[in-house]
Amino acid sequence: MKYESQKVALWYFAAAMGLFAVQILVGLLAGAVYVMPNLLSELVPFNIIRMIHTNALIVWLLIGFFGAAYYLIPEEAETELHSPTLALVQLGLFVFGALAAVVGYLFRIYEGREFLEQPTWIKAAIVVVALMFLYNITLTLIKGRRTVITNILLVGMWGIAIFFLFSFYNPSNLALDKMYWWYVVHLWVEGVWELVLASILAFLMIKMTGVDREIVEKWLYAIVGLALFSGILGTGHHYYWIGTPGYWQWIGSIFSALEVAPFFTMVVFAFMMVWKSGRRHPNKAAMLWSLGCSVFAFFGAGVWGFLHTLAPINYYTHGTQVTAAHGHLAFFGAYAMINFAIITYAMPYLRGRQPYNQLLNMWSFWLMCGGMAFMTFVLTVAGVVQTHLQRVLGMDYMEVQEQIALFYWMRLGAGVIVGVGVVLFLYSIFGPAREERPASIPTNYQPAE
Amino acid sequence: MTERFTKAAARNIFYGGSLFFFATFVALTALSHLYIVNTSTDKAGLNDAVARGKHVWEKNACINCHTILGEGAYFAPELGNVWKRYGGDKDHDGAVTALKGWMAAQPSGIQGRRQMPQFNLTEQEVEDLAAFLEWTSRINTQNWPPKLSG
Repeated sequence: MKYESQKVALWYFAAAMGLFAVQILVGLLAGAVYVMPNLLSELVPFNIIRMIHTNALIVWLLIGFFGAAYYLIPEEAETELHSPTLALVQLGLFVFGALAAVVGYLFRIYEGREFLEQPTWIKAAIVVVALMFLYNITLTLIKGRRTVITNILLVGMWGIAIFFLFSFYNPSNLALDKMYWWYVVHLWVEGVWELVLASILAFLMIKMTGVDREIVEKWLYAIVGLALFSGILGTGHHYYWIGTPGYWQWIGSIFSALEVAPFFTMVVFAFMMVWKSGRRHPNKAAMLWSLGCSVFAFFGAGVWGFLHTLAPINYYTHGTQVTAAHGHLAFFGAYAMINFAIITYAMPYLRGRQPYNQLLNMWSFWLMCGGMAFMTFVLTVAGVVQTHLQRVLGMDYMEVQEQIALFYWMRLGAGVIVGVGVVLFLYSIFGPAREERPASIPTNYQPAE
Repeated sequence: MTERFTKAAARNIFYGGSLFFFATFVALTALSHLYIVNTSTDKAGLNDAVARGKHVWEKNACINCHTILGEGAYFAPELGNVWKRYGGDKDHDGAVTALKGWMAAQPSGIQGRRQMPQFNLTEQEVEDLAAFLEWTSRINTQNWPPKLSG
């Protein structure tokens, strides 16, 4: 860490991890309600639990992205942030808005479109937060060095802000509502978020492997190009059955099948860079999260997305537990894990330490990844059984749910394992930093930054 | 990544290609917009009751348990075709009465069964909700879902 203003990232990471803990606790509660349906059913019904689970996820990921940007932009641009104070005000406003939304949800105050439940004033506050952020980093980049990483990150962040504006449009025609709703949801997670993900990953690769920037930047363009060329028209895979024309079944199937390509390229990129460098970075845990992120994003977003993206298959699986399985592993692999990677990498610098608690951190990696993989497997099997019973045989929804109850118990078990991993991760990051023994690196290998 | 594939070329392909695909997407969306408004949904039937019913649907966050046209949470049944499951396409008044009865009877309180909250909807609100669900059931969804079970 070379610039004082990078320190604001510490507050962002702390806030992100706080909301992450909320998301996991509420997720465990939701998993428990699946198997014990009378739990809290009058006090906090399932719809509110679920709304907090998903909203906390989205907000903590965004806060993590903001933090990552504030950490890496000064280093890339080789200049201090335009205004660290503004960055902290922005964080305060965002966290206040998020907490106000959650408390409001508990008191039945919401607008009730999935993921966009926030009352209008909170949506407006989110826009203000985004503008403060864009103003701050844009001015920083204008006065500093511009790199491909910062450019792609900036395009991604502007995209996030612009597509969010569609959340204000809510026509009374449900089919229209749904079509534009995906302008926010799909163009975020299968579009511009991938730009943010890829640029953070590229930054980590430059720092940890020391591979030449020119090479990393070419890969970065290839990855984000593949992401948008497939992902934009890939939106069509949400337009099969909501009242949109039949041509989307062709366009959506073809382009969304190609959405695997950028994730596959990311795996090749990450492993190739590490293999090429021959250096061993002392922060092994950060390297594990970075490589793991590319692999889990490939399986969660890529492979599990492809499983049910072709229209003739999606006709049967749409809106079953197959979708839930994909959703969980994709968000975890692509977006949660890139946050853990940058946090694990940056925290030793932000706290002024050598890499610390590495073993504990790596244990948390295996527990979280193992738990999430198991959760995805059991939900996938549940989804396949559900698809057959409900969509092929035409059995009643609630009867089918009773048939797959066992899988919901296993899902809760998997969630508990993830929860243990989360506790270890948070302790390893924020707990007392025991100095590691000096890494046994041969002297002819010099670690990158 | 050969030497001939320069960074400038990569950059131009990325920005140019993305703009091309986004423009194509916007054009196709515009066509779909017209198709939805004029063809696949009931333009004349989209009255105030349907609009109010959609608001009831949203205000009570129904989508965080149910799905509608396959989107939402997966905790409770699909409601895009619930109107047909209730036989509303054959007996309109019967389905509205059944829906009123259902909404009034929640939560069931049965142990081990998923609970739907009591939303305390007024008579008017349930009728609006019914209008919304009826209108939704007539959207041309390319024959989705495959079975009446949703």
